Amino acid sequence: MSKDNQILEELTSKDYEHGWSVDMEVDEAPTGLNENIIRWISAKKEEPQWLLDWRLKAFKTWLDMKEPEWANVTYPKIDLQGLKYYSAPKKSNKPKSLDEIDPELLQIYERLGISLNEQKKLQGIAVDAVLDSVSVGTTFKETLSKMGIVFCSFSEAVKEHPELVKKYLGSVVPMTDNYYAALNSAVFSDGSFCYIPAGVRCPMELSTYFRINAANTGQFERTLIVAEEGSYVSYLEGCTAPQRDENQLHAAVVEIYAAKNSEVKYSTVQNWFPGDKNGKGGIYNFVTKRGICAGDFSKISWTQVETGSAVTWKYPSCILKGDNSIGEFYSVAVTNNYQQADTGTKMIHIGKNTKSRIVSKGISAGKSQNSYRGQVQVMKRATNARNFSQCDSLLMGDRCGAHTFPYIDIQNSSAKVEHEATTSKIGEDQLFYCNQRGIATEDAVALIVNGYAKEVLNQLPMEFAVEAQKLLALTLEGSVG
Amino acid sequence: MLKIKNLHASIEGTPILKGINLEVKPGEVHAIMGPNGSGKSTLASVLAGREEYEVTEGEVSFKGKDLLELSPEDRAREGVFLAFQYPVEIPGVSSTNFLRTAVNQVREYRGLEALDAVKFLSIMKEKMKLVEIDQKLLSRSLNEGFSGGEKKRNEIFQMAMLEPTLSILDETDSGLDIDALRIVSNGVNQLKSSENATIVVTHYQRLLDYIVPDFVHVLYNGKIVKSGTKELALELEEKGYDWIKEEADAASV
Ligand SMILES: Nc1ncnc2c1ncn2[C@@H]1O[C@H](COP(=O)(O)OP(=O)(O)O)[C@@H](O)[C@H]1O
Ligand SMILES: [Mg+2]
Repeated sequence: MSKDNQILEELTSKDYEHGWSVDMEVDEAPTGLNENIIRWISAKKEEPQWLLDWRLKAFKTWLDMKEPEWANVTYPKIDLQGLKYYSAPKKSNKPKSLDEIDPELLQIYERLGISLNEQKKLQGIAVDAVLDSVSVGTTFKETLSKMGIVFCSFSEAVKEHPELVKKYLGSVVPMTDNYYAALNSAVFSDGSFCYIPAGVRCPMELSTYFRINAANTGQFERTLIVAEEGSYVSYLEGCTAPQRDENQLHAAVVEIYAAKNSEVKYSTVQNWFPGDKNGKGGIYNFVTKRGICAGDFSKISWTQVETGSAVTWKYPSCILKGDNSIGEFYSVAVTNNYQQADTGTKMIHIGKNTKSRIVSKGISAGKSQNSYRGQVQVMKRATNARNFSQCDSLLMGDRCGAHTFPYIDIQNSSAKVEHEATTSKIGEDQLFYCNQRGIATEDAVALIVNGYAKEVLNQLPMEFAVEAQKLLALTLEGSVG
Repeated sequence: MLKIKNLHASIEGTPILKGINLEVKPGEVHAIMGPNGSGKSTLASVLAGREEYEVTEGEVSFKGKDLLELSPEDRAREGVFLAFQYPVEIPGVSSTNFLRTAVNQVREYRGLEALDAVKFLSIMKEKMKLVEIDQKLLSRSLNEGFSGGEKKRNEIFQMAMLEPTLSILDETDSGLDIDALRIVSNGVNQLKSSENATIVVTHYQRLLDYIVPDFVHVLYNGKIVKSGTKELALELEEKGYDWIKEEADAASV
């Protein structure tokens, strides 16, 4: 074994920073999954009949579906009957305003560095905080509502804007889409809703912060973003969970609808508990995210920084239906220890002159496996479609794996599709060069990795970019030297 | 300042350095010459602390400390600087950002407070003049797509920023045209003081017209086989290395 490997052997991973949990009284569904549980959830949320019907239909569909096995990940079967499908802190009962939110809940978020107190507002960011199954509070609601922007929890949207929810729910990710999306459609508990009216440029970042606190509870949230003609919004999502020995399931659905001339930027920094350094525990993150550029000249841009989860299965996609619409996907996925990530995107070109751009940067360390899976599909009608894909992999040590699975399907000969892929190893040469200038190895790794991921990090809003940089460094701490 | 005693080092079990003795005092310039493969870069790497090389025998003290005990970064922080024969590319990291990280870590080690962006920039501007380097180059990814000359100039620029006590220049002249050679040497000469010392590793006596050495050593087969003054370099230029090899080979039989 070379010295290089010996150094890499000495993995001394840093503990997960957000691994704490809080004991509190909860309102939760009985363990297990059946029609009654779905009725229970729906009743708990005082939902209208149409939504209950929708859930039940999804559940029936799901019963006939099989768990997908094509992804390049392995994990023990999840006992879906051993989970609880609803858990809400007792204290969250419908606060009328932020002042009424229980201080204990506020503290949870303060501890995560997120203030729901508008006095101590995060500069220019409105936050919807989701704890386990429910939203506990949304900031800046009034400021936004003056402009006609709706930003609230999903449950609230069902009550206040049923016509909008009814119109768009399942319109981008149908309940039949895949196993986890169907499951989510049946049991989803809460999530965020945002609606930007025509011609409005949302003046602040909208952000949802998901936190799993309860044990043995699946988190199934749904996010729905609707951007009307000529509008703009930048949306952020962050997430953490306590450190637990058993695996927890997170199966979210995100739908984005972009009308003519609108633009939606969606950024995620995913930091679910990845399991300990021996691969015990961690979140299974099986997420369906899709946006439709429904109108001409619309644009949807996904940026993701994936650092957490034991297993990630996630392909934020764009359906480029409107002519001249644009889809973008920027991703950094880091895996360390025993983490597995199978992530990528789908760009489906339907309209003329549609463009897509994919920049994927995988970083693997430890014994982790990191796969990029990307599909570019150009339909018959999509004259002059353009795609550019850049998929890079960075390996740290030789016990990890990086894999690239590009699928290209072109039905219009005027299409231009370019795919570039590189694999590199973080070099002893680079580390020594940094050391020789007085830079410690840990800092050198952070520097090199952030440089490598720069093109993606640059897409993030400023505050998030700084966070993401720190997170990358933290995730890889101890993976070299 | 630097005392090397009977230094032996090997890589993957192959001995490369076979008993080096060298003493460098503050204010001195030493040139190390020798044919390809004689161990010049190995010596530089061992002094800088590259882990692939195993020191099998001997001692190195630097400013009274056991250099071989220190990690590569601590050697740098103590004031050892190596201008690489082949500077390494780091994509996505600008020279400026790289250097700021380096300078501040070195400062922290020396008990100085970190330089803020403004201070750092003003120092940078001043040092840039030394090697006539352009700010645009410094905002690009470190060494990525730099020409040979730009890379070497950037090495000397980094040296200027880090203010080392011992600089080791490994074939900094190779691949430089005459103008670049003049600029780089000028930079090195201006950084010279009575407190610091320089080891210049080179193939050609050409460089020594610009950076004038106090001593010249010839490294052959892992040993310093001849030492002298500047005149030795001229002699080598004229006669080549063969006579030295013959002398050395004869002596070792
Ligand atoms: N990784 C290595 N494995 C085995 N031999 C090496 C390795 N690196 C360098 N060497 C050998 O060490 C000797 C000295 O190399 P080097 O120090 O680079 O010479 P110089 O700089 O004087 O040209 C050469 O014979 C070279 O082939
Ligand atoms: Mg050499």
